[in-house]
Amino acid sequence: MEHEEEATEAAGHAAEATDAAHGAADAAHGAADAAHGGAEAVGMPQLDFSTFPNQIFWLVVTLILIYLVLVRIGLPRVSAVLAERSGTITNDLAAAEDLKRQAEEAEAAYEKALADARTQAQDIAAKTRAEIQTDIDEAIARADAQIAEKSKESEARIAEIEAGAMQSVEEVARDVAAEIVKALGGSAKADDVSGAVSSRLRGGA
Amino acid sequence: MVAYILVALAVLMFVLALTGTENPGLAIHPMDQFVVKPLFGDGPIHWYTPTNVTLWLGLAILAVIALMVMGTRGRAVIPSRGQSIAELAYGFIRKMVEDVAGRDALPYFPYIFTVFLFIVMSNFLGLIPTSFATTSHIAVTAVLALAVFLSVTILGFVKNGAGFLSLFWVSSAPLALRPILAVIELISYFVRPVSHSIRLGGNIMAGHAVLKVFAGFAGALGLASIAPIFGILAIYGLELLVAFIQAYVFTILTCVYLRDALHPHH
Amino acid sequence: MEGDIASMGQFIGAGLAAIGSGASAIGVGHVAGNFLAGALRNPSAAAGQTATLFIGIAFAEALGIFAFLVALLLMFAV
Repeated sequence: MEHEEEATEAAGHAAEATDAAHGAADAAHGAADAAHGGAEAVGMPQLDFSTFPNQIFWLVVTLILIYLVLVRIGLPRVSAVLAERSGTITNDLAAAEDLKRQAEEAEAAYEKALADARTQAQDIAAKTRAEIQTDIDEAIARADAQIAEKSKESEARIAEIEAGAMQSVEEVARDVAAEIVKALGGSAKADDVSGAVSSRLRGGA
Repeated sequence: MVAYILVALAVLMFVLALTGTENPGLAIHPMDQFVVKPLFGDGPIHWYTPTNVTLWLGLAILAVIALMVMGTRGRAVIPSRGQSIAELAYGFIRKMVEDVAGRDALPYFPYIFTVFLFIVMSNFLGLIPTSFATTSHIAVTAVLALAVFLSVTILGFVKNGAGFLSLFWVSSAPLALRPILAVIELISYFVRPVSHSIRLGGNIMAGHAVLKVFAGFAGALGLASIAPIFGILAIYGLELLVAFIQAYVFTILTCVYLRDALHPHH
Repeated sequence: MEGDIASMGQFIGAGLAAIGSGASAIGVGHVAGNFLAGALRNPSAAAGQTATLFIGIAFAEALGIFAFLVALLLMFAV
C-alpha cells in the first residue's frame, strides 16, 4: 500500500514536473509569438481557417450583387449609350454626305446658269450684229441706187450739153465758112457750105 | 494630382513617425493588417458575422455602383468624365473577351466584367492607408479562381462532350510522347486554379507586407525615417500599377481558360 | 538573444526561400526584355502582343510569389 502510494505520488510529481516544463515552453512560445506576431495575430491571418466561411459567404454575396447591378443597370446602359453614339455618328456622316451632295448640285446649277447666260449673250450679240449688217446693206443699196440715178441724170445733161455745143459749133462753123466765102468774094450756096462743114466736122474731127 | 497626394501622404507619415511613441524600437507586424475582425464587439466569427471583410467588400460594391450606375447616369452621347471611364472599362474588357476567347464567349462577358471590376476596385480600395485588402486573402481569391475553374470545366464538357478531353491529347506531338504529355497537361490543368488564386492574393499580400515593413523602419528611425518613407512612396506607386495589372492578368487568364473550354482542339 | 534551433531553421529557410523572388525577377526581366527587343525590331506587330506579354510576365511572377509564400509560411505559420 505504502509503496503504491509512494509510487502514485512520485508519478504525480513527475506529471507536475512535465506540466511545469510544458507550461514554461508554452510561455516561451507565446512570448516569442508576441515578439514577432503581435498581441492578437497568430501566424498568417490568411491561413486562419476559422474565418473562411465568413469571407466566402460575404464574397459570394458581393459577387452576386455586383453581377446583378451590372446585368440589370450598368451594362445595358453603357451598351445603349455606345449604340446611340455610333448611330449618331453614322447619321451625322450621312447628313454631311447629303449636304455635300446638295452643295455639289448647287454648284452644277450655277455653272449651268453661267453657261446659259453666256450663250444667250452670244446669241443676242450675233443677232444685233446681223440686224446692223442688214441695215447697213440696205442703206448702201439705197445710196448706190441714188448715186446711179444721179450719175445717169448728169450723163444725160452732159450729152445734151455736148449735143448743144456741137450744134453751136456747127452753126458757128457754117456761119464763119459762109462769111469767109463771102469775104473772099465767092458766092456759095448755103446748102453746099453747110454740107461741106458738116462732112468736114464729121470726117475731119 | 496623384503626385501631390503622394507627397502629402509622405509628409504626414514623416510627422507621424517623429511624433508616434507607441511603438518604440523595431517592432514590425507586417501581417497584422490582414487580421479578420468583427466590426462590432469582439465575439467569435461565425459565417454571418459582419467583419472588416464585409465592410470593404461592401465598399467595393459601392465603388462599382458609383462607376457603372452613378457615372453613366447622364447617358450622354458626349460622355462626362465618369461615363468615359465606365465606357473605357466596358470596351477594354469586351475587346479582351472578343480577342482572347472569341466571339462565342460574349455571353459570359457580364461575369468576366464582374470579376474584373470587383478585383480592380478591391485592389485600389485596399491601397487606401489603414484599409483592409480583401483580395490579399487566399479564401477570397481561391473562391474567385475555383468559380472560374469549375464553370470553365463544366462548360467545356457541356459544349464539347468527351471532345473536351482532346485538350489533354496533344495531336501534334509524336504518338509515343502523347501519354506523357497528357499527364503533364492534366497536372498543369489542375494547377491552374492554384496559381490563378495565389498569384493575385500573393501579389497583393506581398505589396502590403512590404509597405508595412518599410513603415516599421520609418517608425524606428526617427529623423532618418525620410529614407524609408521615400521607399514607401516608390513602392506605393508600384503597388498602384500592380493593383491594375493583377486584375488585368486575372481577367485575361479567365478568358484564356474560357477559350480552352470553347475550343479545346489546338 | 533567446530562441531555439527550430526558429533559427525557420528564419534561415525563409531567407533561402526569398532567393526565389530574385530568380523570378530574372524571369520577368527576361520576358520583358525579349518583348522589347522584338517590339523594336517590328513595332507594328508589338501592339497586338501586349496581352501575351502580360500573360508571360504573370506566369513568371507567379513562381516568385510561390517562393515568397514559402518564406511567409516559414516565418509565420510553422
